[in-house]
Amino acid sequence: MQSAPKEGVAGQHNMEELRKLQPRYRGLEAGHRACQGCGEALAARLVTEAAGPDVILTNATGCLEVFTTPWPQSAWRLPWIHSLFENSAAVASGVEAALKAQGRSTKVIAQGGDGGTFDIGFQALSGMLERQHNILYVCYDNEAYMNTGIQRSGSTPHAAMTTTSPPGKERMGKRHMKKDLLSIIAAHHIPYAASASVAYPADIRRKVRRAVSIEGPTFLLIHSPCPLGWGIESDVSIEVARLAVQTGLFPVIELERGELTGVMPIRNPRPVTDYLKLQNRFKHLFTDDPRARKEREHVQALADHNIEIYQLRGEGVDALDTDGADTVRRGGVVD
Amino acid sequence: MLHALEGSQAIAQAVALCRPAVVAAYPITPQTHIVENISKLVADGKLKCEFVSVESEFSAASVVLGSAATGARSYTASSSQGILLMAEVLFDIAGMRLPMVLTCANRAISAPINIWNDHQDAMTVRDSGWIQLYCADNQEAIDTTIQAFRISERTELPVMVCVDGFVLTHTLEVVDMPTAEEVDSYLPPFTFKNKLDPKHPLSLGTLVGPEYYTEARYSLHRALEKALPEIESADADWAKICGRASGGLLTVDGPESATIGVLAMGSVVSTLTEANEILPGKKRVKLMKLRAFRPFPAEALRQACAGLKELIVLERAFSPGCGGILGTEVRAALAGMAKPPAVRNFAVGLGGRDIPLGTLSKLLDAAKAQGNQGFSILDVEPERLPPEDR
Repeated sequence: MQSAPKEGVAGQHNMEELRKLQPRYRGLEAGHRACQGCGEALAARLVTEAAGPDVILTNATGCLEVFTTPWPQSAWRLPWIHSLFENSAAVASGVEAALKAQGRSTKVIAQGGDGGTFDIGFQALSGMLERQHNILYVCYDNEAYMNTGIQRSGSTPHAAMTTTSPPGKERMGKRHMKKDLLSIIAAHHIPYAASASVAYPADIRRKVRRAVSIEGPTFLLIHSPCPLGWGIESDVSIEVARLAVQTGLFPVIELERGELTGVMPIRNPRPVTDYLKLQNRFKHLFTDDPRARKEREHVQALADHNIEIYQLRGEGVDALDTDGADTVRRGGVVD
Repeated sequence: MLHALEGSQAIAQAVALCRPAVVAAYPITPQTHIVENISKLVADGKLKCEFVSVESEFSAASVVLGSAATGARSYTASSSQGILLMAEVLFDIAGMRLPMVLTCANRAISAPINIWNDHQDAMTVRDSGWIQLYCADNQEAIDTTIQAFRISERTELPVMVCVDGFVLTHTLEVVDMPTAEEVDSYLPPFTFKNKLDPKHPLSLGTLVGPEYYTEARYSLHRALEKALPEIESADADWAKICGRASGGLLTVDGPESATIGVLAMGSVVSTLTEANEILPGKKRVKLMKLRAFRPFPAEALRQACAGLKELIVLERAFSPGCGGILGTEVRAALAGMAKPPAVRNFAVGLGGRDIPLGTLSKLLDAAKAQGNQGFSILDVEPERLPPEDR
C-alpha cells in the first residue's frame, strides 16, 4: 500500500503529476501462490508496474512461472509466455523479431531466475545480447535453484549452504565464488545493464523505466531474497536484502556500453556478519569451527573488494544511497 | 516454370513464396544451403522477413516458438544433431500448439559422427507431436513445403518436412517452381487466435497439474489424428492449382495383381520406383510411398495392403536393441486386418551408404529368409567388424 503524499511534503509534485509520472499499472496481480516474503514476487510486480501495459513477457521455468500460472489460473495481466528453463532470452528474441516484422512497438521483457540466467540459459542470453534485440532481460537473483529445493547455482555466494553444497567435515558450504555475471554482461557492451535490490523499490522502478526506454538489449539483475532458501523469517526479507547492499556483498551499480556509470553509495558500510548471521544458509559460519572464522573473514574481504572496485563508499545526503533510500519519497521518481 | 535448381535452393524459394515473417536458423550440414539461400533472398530484398541467425539450434527453435506465438509465420530448418539439440523445444512447440514449418534435411546421428543421409534424426523426435511428411524428390519438397504451411496453420500443429540430406538437398534437378500468385491463392495470410497481444493478454505455457495434464495430451493426440484429412486435402487442393499431387498420406504404385508390397519413405522411393520398372514383369511389386509418418495413417495403410501376402518395410533408421521403427509401427497397424500380409523389415542406407538399383532384388531375396517378426540391416557387412562384434 502506498500512502498518498501530501502536497509540499512529497516534494514539488502534486498528486496528479505524481500519478502521471508513476502509472499504477499492475502487470502481476495479487492472489498468486508465492511464499510469504518472496523477493521475486515483489520484484516482478515492481518491474511490470514500472514497465506499463504495452509489454510482452517471456518467462524461464522456475518459481515465478509455477506460482503465477497454475492452470486454469494466471496472475498475469500482461501477455505472458513460458516455454522452457533455458530459453527465455531466445523466446523473447523470437517475440521481438515477430513484433519488428509486424511493425509493432510493444516492449519485450524476458524473465528468469539465477539458474535460468547464470547457468542453463546463459548461452541464449548471450546470443540475445549479441544480436542486439530490443529486449529488457530481468534476472531475479535468489542465489540458488529454489524451485527444485535449494540447490547451488552459479550465483550462489561463496560459503552458502544449499542442498548440493552442504557444510560438513570436508566442506564449509559452497566452495566456489558467485559468478560475476554483470561483468560478463558488460563485456557484451550493451546500452544499459544494472543491478538492483528489492529493498530499494524506487531504484528498481527508475532502472526499469530507463531500460525500457532504450532501443536495444538491456539487463537488470535484481537481488531477491528467498525466505525458504536462505533460512530467514518472511518478515525480514527486505531487511536482509538491504543488508546485502549495505555490506557491499551485492553492489548496486549501473553500466552503459560496458562502462560503470553509476553506483548506489553506501554511507556506513555494515560488517558482513550483520547480513550472514540472519540467515540459516550461513549458520555454519558461526560455530566454533576454526574454519568458520576464516570463511567470515573471506566473505568480509569479498565485500571490501566490491566497495573498493566499484567505489561504493558515499558521503553526504543522497536520496538514492543505502540510507537515504529508506527515507526517499516512496514510489517517487528521482531523475 | 521449369528451373534447374539444387534441392536446397528450391526449398528456400518455396519457403520465400510462403512469405514467412520470421526465419531463425543455425548452420549444420546438410541443411545449411537452405538457410544460406533464404538469407541471400533477404539480403537482396526479395524476401521481407526477420532473419535471426542464432547461436544454436536450441535457440533457433526457441526463436520460432516465440515468433509463432506472437502471430508471425515462422520457419526454421535443421538436421541430425541440430534436431536432437532442438528436441526439448520441438516437444514444447507441439504441446503449445504453435503452427510453424521446419525442414529436416535428414542426416545420421553421432556416434560415430557422420554427416550423410538417413532418417535417425527425424525418427528420434517422432513422439514430439509434430506432423512429419517425407519427400521422395525435390518437386515434392517444394510442393510439400507450401502445403506444410497450410496444414500447420489450419491444424495449429507444427509440421516437419523431411528431405533426405545430400540426396535431395544437394542434388540439381529440374523442378517446376510455382508462381507467387499460385501460392498466394492457396495460402492465406497467417492469423493466430492465441497470439501474444497486450490488448488481449493470454498466459501461454502455464503449469498444468495432474488434474488437466492428461486432457492436454489427449487433445494433442486428437489434433494429430484430425490432421490426417487436412494433409490429404492440402495435397488435393494444391494439385488443383499446380496440377501436381505429392501423394497425400500414402500412395501405391505398381501392378494391381502383385502380392508383394514394399513400403518406404523419402528419396529411396524414387530409386525403388525405377528399380521396380526394370524387374521382370511378373515379379514387379506394389510400391508404397508413405508420405505422412506422423500422424500415422493406419487405416489408409490397411486399405493399401488388402490382397497383399507380404509387405516389406524398408527404413533408414532403427531402434538399437529392438529393431525397425517404421516396421514395428506397420506391424502394429496391420495387426487389426482380417488377413494381414506377413511383414518383413529391413534397414538400409544408414549414414549415407549408397542404395543402388539392385537393392530391390536383393531385398526381395532377403525377405524370403526373414521371419515374420524379424528385422535385419540389408546392407551390413559384419565381416568388416572384429569377430567379437559380429
